[in-house]
Amino acid sequence: MRIAIIDPGSGNLASVLRALERVVAESGRPAQVAVTTDAAELRAADRIVLPGQGAFAACRRGLDALPGMVDALEDAVLRRKKPFLGICVGMQLMAERGLEHGNTPGLGWIAGEIAPIDPRLPDGAALPLPQMGWNGLDLAQPSHPLLAGISPGSHAYFVHSYALAGGDPAQLLASTDYGGPVAAIVGRDNLAGTQFHVEKSSLVGLRILANFLNWAPEAAA
Amino acid sequence: MLALRVIPCLDVKDGRVVKGVNFLELRDAGDPVEQARIYDREGADEVTFLDIGASHEGRDTILDVVSRTAAQVFIPLTVGGGVRSVEDMRRLLLAGADKISINSSAVADPALVTRGAEAFGSQAIVVAVDARGDGKGGWEVFTHGGRRGTGIDAVQWCQQAEARGAGEILLTSMDRDGTRAGFDLALLRAVRSAIRLPIVASGGVGEAQHFVDGAEAGATGLLAASVFHYGQMRIGEAKAALAAAGLPVRPLAESV
Repeated sequence: MRIAIIDPGSGNLASVLRALERVVAESGRPAQVAVTTDAAELRAADRIVLPGQGAFAACRRGLDALPGMVDALEDAVLRRKKPFLGICVGMQLMAERGLEHGNTPGLGWIAGEIAPIDPRLPDGAALPLPQMGWNGLDLAQPSHPLLAGISPGSHAYFVHSYALAGGDPAQLLASTDYGGPVAAIVGRDNLAGTQFHVEKSSLVGLRILANFLNWAPEAAA
Repeated sequence: MLALRVIPCLDVKDGRVVKGVNFLELRDAGDPVEQARIYDREGADEVTFLDIGASHEGRDTILDVVSRTAAQVFIPLTVGGGVRSVEDMRRLLLAGADKISINSSAVADPALVTRGAEAFGSQAIVVAVDARGDGKGGWEVFTHGGRRGTGIDAVQWCQQAEARGAGEILLTSMDRDGTRAGFDLALLRAVRSAIRLPIVASGGVGEAQHFVDGAEAGATGLLAASVFHYGQMRIGEAKAALAAAGLPVRPLAESV
């Protein structure tokens, strides 16, 4: 199995790479994990991970700057149904558009847009921004294969000031509570994305990554 | 509910762990990678490395420490000490750090905060502020490991750091550091009311109740070094105290 991590130019890929290598080693299965900026290499991959940090617009520019990459991604993910996982801004890029630093088109794979959050307590008091830290997962679709072995309330590590707004409830796999519900995991068919840093979420994150390696969305469909 | 973060800090010099008392006397006690692994297993929510070597040779040893830690510890890792440029930040991030903490260099060149945030995102840039009471009800920013006063008001500096794109403030009380008398709660409250960024409180932890006090004063991260490092307190005790006070924590079962 070949797992490709796309380098959109702004992410901390070392952590994603190491976490996937760890999960592969523990699985005992032969798999190659590689960071790539090459569209041809992406087409040869069996599973695709898109990390992202920083601003939505900068990540989109970074992705667009890789020759043929967006076409290769759409071919692999939408037509050939390769399992896809977006992480943090990589998840946000799956939406229709992002409103950070202007209005930037996303990949349009899931409904909704990425808008600034203004988390507050019921009395109106402002919660710190960005949301930074470990927050519990409310599982909207607990039987989804990516959530196998994940207990309701398990904590994942979030760092973000923008989140999915206007999403389709059918595409919400899990949410978290930060002054109200915030989309934590979204997905449909063979694609999924986590707003939190799955690679930095300790055992919970490693389990979700292991589930991603085992995910057979074609068979389930 | 977002959990309070319990964050052990490891002071590192030449690839080894040290801890100063009031930033002066240093004692050597261990391998930072092994320490970070132990803290992870005990339920630490993040780990912070503060490189107090700051020499050019020290630069390379911290990169190696960060790289080896990030291969084994899958929780956020913050690294600070001697970071002077975007290029320094890039090297540490590529080695496996998640957040870079800047202190003296940000005071000397506040635009460095913005340059770092533009290059790597605000989430990667922590501005560390060493504050000491000025005797008039305010706090002054100190730099260079607490040796140099700046005349800058600490609360205003935190506001400026937020405006310039920092993602978090690491707020250390120089008066409390090493005393085990608890966080400077007045300082925490003053900064909390002035900014919206997450604040990590640092300096003064001596007992588990101090974590509760810091959280109630508005810190969302609670950092300690020596009480954990010398085994006077375990990470789990800090979390148990927070939970007993009705505050949200990430349970140990999700770490081991």
